[in-house]
Amino acid sequence: MLTVWAILIDGFIYASWLFLVAAGLTVIYGVMRILNMAHGSLYALGAYAAASAIGWYYAGGGSQLWLAFAILAGCALAIGALSGLLIERGILRLMYGRDEILMLIVTFAILLILEDAMKLLWGTTPYYAWQPYAAMGRVDIDVLTVSGYDIMVLCLSIAIGLGLWFWLERTNLGKILRSIIHDREVSEAMGVNVRRMFTITFMVGATLGAVAGGITAPIISVVPGIGIEVIVLAFAVVVTGGLGSITGAAAGAIIVGLARATSIHTMPQFELFIIYAVMAAVLIFRPNGLFGQATARKI
Amino acid sequence: MPLQKSETLMVAAAVAIGLAGLMSPSWLIFLTTLAVAKALVVLGVVMLMRSGLVSFGQGLFFCIGGYAVGMGGRFWGIQDALVLILTGVVASTAIAMILGLLLTRYREIFFAMLTMAFSMILFGVLVKSHNLGSTDGFSVMEWSLFGWIPQSGMGVFWLTLAIGLLIALFLNRFFQSSIGLACEAIRENEVRVEYMGISRRQVLYINYVLAAAIGAMGGSLTALAAGHVDPEMAYWTISGEFVFIALLGGTGHVAAAFIASMIFALVRTYAVEFLPNSWQMILGIVLLLIILFLPKGIWSLFRRSRRATT
Repeated sequence: MLTVWAILIDGFIYASWLFLVAAGLTVIYGVMRILNMAHGSLYALGAYAAASAIGWYYAGGGSQLWLAFAILAGCALAIGALSGLLIERGILRLMYGRDEILMLIVTFAILLILEDAMKLLWGTTPYYAWQPYAAMGRVDIDVLTVSGYDIMVLCLSIAIGLGLWFWLERTNLGKILRSIIHDREVSEAMGVNVRRMFTITFMVGATLGAVAGGITAPIISVVPGIGIEVIVLAFAVVVTGGLGSITGAAAGAIIVGLARATSIHTMPQFELFIIYAVMAAVLIFRPNGLFGQATARKI
Repeated sequence: MPLQKSETLMVAAAVAIGLAGLMSPSWLIFLTTLAVAKALVVLGVVMLMRSGLVSFGQGLFFCIGGYAVGMGGRFWGIQDALVLILTGVVASTAIAMILGLLLTRYREIFFAMLTMAFSMILFGVLVKSHNLGSTDGFSVMEWSLFGWIPQSGMGVFWLTLAIGLLIALFLNRFFQSSIGLACEAIRENEVRVEYMGISRRQVLYINYVLAAAIGAMGGSLTALAAGHVDPEMAYWTISGEFVFIALLGGTGHVAAAFIASMIFALVRTYAVEFLPNSWQMILGIVLLLIILFLPKGIWSLFRRSRRATT
């Protein structure tokens, strides 16, 4: 029974983190039909920005937790929005209209560039920002202990999920974006400025990635290559759930999160294996993912 | 079967490179061996690209080929290089025959993601296999070729060149065969291919399995040359590298993969030496430039200049 509780708690905490990481990826794919391989690098950028800013804040004698979070959020938002704008305006804009698969390779090139840009900016020594994590303390649930920070991540993830849902389903901008998802050409004919919407979408997606990185920074040591590890996980989540669907990303995150937690508590040697096995299994039976929509065939 | 003009050139190039190896420094020989072995895996990616599919998981077969050589020597006492390579090819083909049944149903990014997932599954399994050295991998035992034990890197260099040449000649003919041509037709419009009475799944399946077998040869030769295998061979960034080289070369001709692989190896050697922290950035920029200005790869440079002269 204890194992079941441990699996559920670990699973949902991991799932909330997975959702944070994957949300931006699925937003960008849904609207722009670009599977952004550089998403992991945006995550790493956010992590580096947050870790160095928090390190600077605490080294300067700061100790206010809320101020540390404000700095963390501010840095992640700023670097996410800025790099999103630069990537979309500087590179992706030149490539629109090409095959989806070629866009995948374009974003792979952006990933390679960003990985080294980060090495040049921040060097290869690890950055730590453990202070906020330690300051949040621990919560006891029966005999199990959960860190307060993890619970905050869980709440934040739910908030971001609801926020995205509200943005896409209940606001004017969301309505315009959904019209682009359904039919790009018709919405363009109706006077929608698709290019501007693309810029906004990419900036939002990139910012989500950077925020996920910023939030994760206090939990991990920020080293080169974290983005490359994360991106395949995010892919597994969004492909399992169905590309381009927020609900799908949430469902995919919960499935992958619970599967990984089950594996860690019962058969730890299969941890990495299980994530991709779940993804492959879902795709075998539902090729477009759990919440994906089948597209019309081209003749 | 008379040789075509480009085939004669390839044979001549292989012989010339083989002879040039006699008076080249050993680092260049090692680099060329690895480049040619890698080019074989890249050819697999090129084969799939010709049918409109991009695989981000060709590292799977690269890794299977490598591990088959390593395990064949270590656990089953196989010493002969050709038998070791054959083990890798058989293992790879068997796995590709199963995966192919599934993968031929997918296109575009779903194909890319699924191939990536399968190679990451192998990576995940190998990382946790402690008797296979976990993340460190293990070293390959001493091997022989028809009883001859090569003392320097020349043995594996010539072996790689010979196999590379044979595969290049074979694929050159394959690309012109009806199945090879059907692949290109599938890329253009697969529904029309079905109208013509060709089974696209059958064509894609044969193409996929063949690409896997050739990828395994590349992995086996890499293991023989480097003398070491590790799970990194199945990591997705390695597969990304293969896609990069394939795009660099283009699908115009078999030889393009070898040229691109050699350019990649040379550029990487020098870039890592002089700019250790920014060579990936250079790769990324080059990749973007290729996509923008040379969508058919460096082979289109040869084509264009030839047309200009005639």
